[in-house]
Amino acid sequence: MKRILCALLVLVMALSMAACGQQEAPATTAAPADTTAAPVDTTAPATTAAPAKLSGTVSTDGSTSMEKVIGALGEAFMEANPDVTFTYNPTGSGTGIQAVAEGRCDIGLSSRALKAEEKDSGLIETILAYDGIAVIVNPENPVSDLTLAQIADIYTGKITNWSEVGGADAEIVLIGREAGSGTRSGFEEIVGVVDACQYRQELSSTGDVITTVAQNPGAIGYASLASVKDTVKALQVEGVTPSEDTVKDGSYAIQRPFVLVTKEGVTLSEAAQAFFDYVTSSEANAVITAAGVVPNT
Amino acid sequence: MKHNLTETLVHGVFLLLGLVTVGCVLLITVYLVISGIPAIREIGVIDFLFGPTWASTAAEPKFGILPFILTSIYGTAGAIVLGVPIGFLTAVYLAKMAPKSVKSFMGQAVSMLAGIPSVVYGLAGMMVLVPGIRKLFHIPDGSGLLAAIVVLAVMILPSIIKMSVTALEAVPKEYEDASLALGATPEETWFRVSVPAAKSGIAAAVVLGVGRAIGEAMAVMMVAGNVANMPSLFQSVKFLTTAVASEMSYSSGLQRQALFSIALVLFLFIMFINAALNFFLKGEKRP
Repeated sequence: MKRILCALLVLVMALSMAACGQQEAPATTAAPADTTAAPVDTTAPATTAAPAKLSGTVSTDGSTSMEKVIGALGEAFMEANPDVTFTYNPTGSGTGIQAVAEGRCDIGLSSRALKAEEKDSGLIETILAYDGIAVIVNPENPVSDLTLAQIADIYTGKITNWSEVGGADAEIVLIGREAGSGTRSGFEEIVGVVDACQYRQELSSTGDVITTVAQNPGAIGYASLASVKDTVKALQVEGVTPSEDTVKDGSYAIQRPFVLVTKEGVTLSEAAQAFFDYVTSSEANAVITAAGVVPNT
Repeated sequence: MKHNLTETLVHGVFLLLGLVTVGCVLLITVYLVISGIPAIREIGVIDFLFGPTWASTAAEPKFGILPFILTSIYGTAGAIVLGVPIGFLTAVYLAKMAPKSVKSFMGQAVSMLAGIPSVVYGLAGMMVLVPGIRKLFHIPDGSGLLAAIVVLAVMILPSIIKMSVTALEAVPKEYEDASLALGATPEETWFRVSVPAAKSGIAAAVVLGVGRAIGEAMAVMMVAGNVANMPSLFQSVKFLTTAVASEMSYSSGLQRQALFSIALVLFLFIMFINAALNFFLKGEKRP
């Protein structure tokens, strides 16, 4: 009996200590390291040659579409500043924006432009890069080029058979994303089919869309250009093949912004500000390009 | 005296640990009610519960969850219609007929079925069942209510089988002996004596299956298609659970509040099912 009691008490103590420990942890971020170094607000505090030791944490939260690019940027930043901890929480654009508004993270990530009501509440958007949205079909599908108008007609249900756009005689199966998804609102706004899509399936991740389109010969879907794999075929839109170059020069029509969200009046921590300056400087362009999206600068 | 002190202390610790569970339930209930009420008030109870259209991100958003409620009820009913006969007969076989070796092997298989994570059910459904339904019925896309019903039926099998076996095995042997002594065949005995004697336990098993089916989100989300249509077998449909799960991550404003309200409705459904379960289990104690 005593032994059990003893073990229990130890357990309870350990748990409560762990809990306390977690709460205290963030308090140690304010490092007094570089009072002599360049002040943070001078533009681009050159992470490559930063003599001052930055430390602390940079927390980001938001769009799952931005996982690849923000992960690569975070890694590059941590390599240059080994004392900084970078975190990314892939929750979705809505949650990320809310997290910034509530002060739960330093920088929010959104794969859509901020809505007016969000800007009114004191949030600031900074465009990091542009992402092309590819329209994908099954590799067996002979169709390889559609105009924006044809895509709009397909998604609104005016065109229901592939033979109407030069394909086989098969019903078109519309695959889309769930309401509120940045990819969905981006696609619907660009194509001009907001709230008018007759989806057969609404899936909640890019991966599910690609898997479903890869399986169904009659399916059409849309996904971030960076995440399109060989299992599906990306269509040309208005005769333009979706690629980094065509997104960059603006000739590929279906593209959307990747946005960094910050809150007005909230001063970022030194580390977060340095990260923000780094990713918006031209230095980060190589990393952003490598992640498959097109930098804004 | 010292002994008493330890006893009291131990009692206190156990009470505290028990209160953690109660506290969680209370916290969730209060949180759901508080965050679920505002949207219902803004939309209106009738428009919310009986509105036929859900368009949460439209320019003029509509928040009617009747399609979700009906889909959840139809989907669960379908899973019960499909799953209960299989589960019930399997349970009778396992409890009464099966030789020992078969019984232990099958029992383990059932336990394994219970241990498979729901996302794996969903994945299997997505890769095998959905294309299968598409080819079998010659329809353009296989995802929809039927696929969800099949997945749910398989998922509720373990709970139905296990609870029914327990109930059947608890039937006093004297009942069966008496029946056999009167000249009934073993089959007659099982279905005329054992099953009626265990009926409250079997009913509880069915209710437990209902609870599991109505609360399942992940597996259903991967095969149901998730469009807010009124339920029909080959149409893409959205359940109460998947409505919350699929939109929560990107939602904002009234849409987010409405999702909490859906969760509240779902919570009330499950409370009701739990009450029914308690009713059946209590019934078992009085023969």
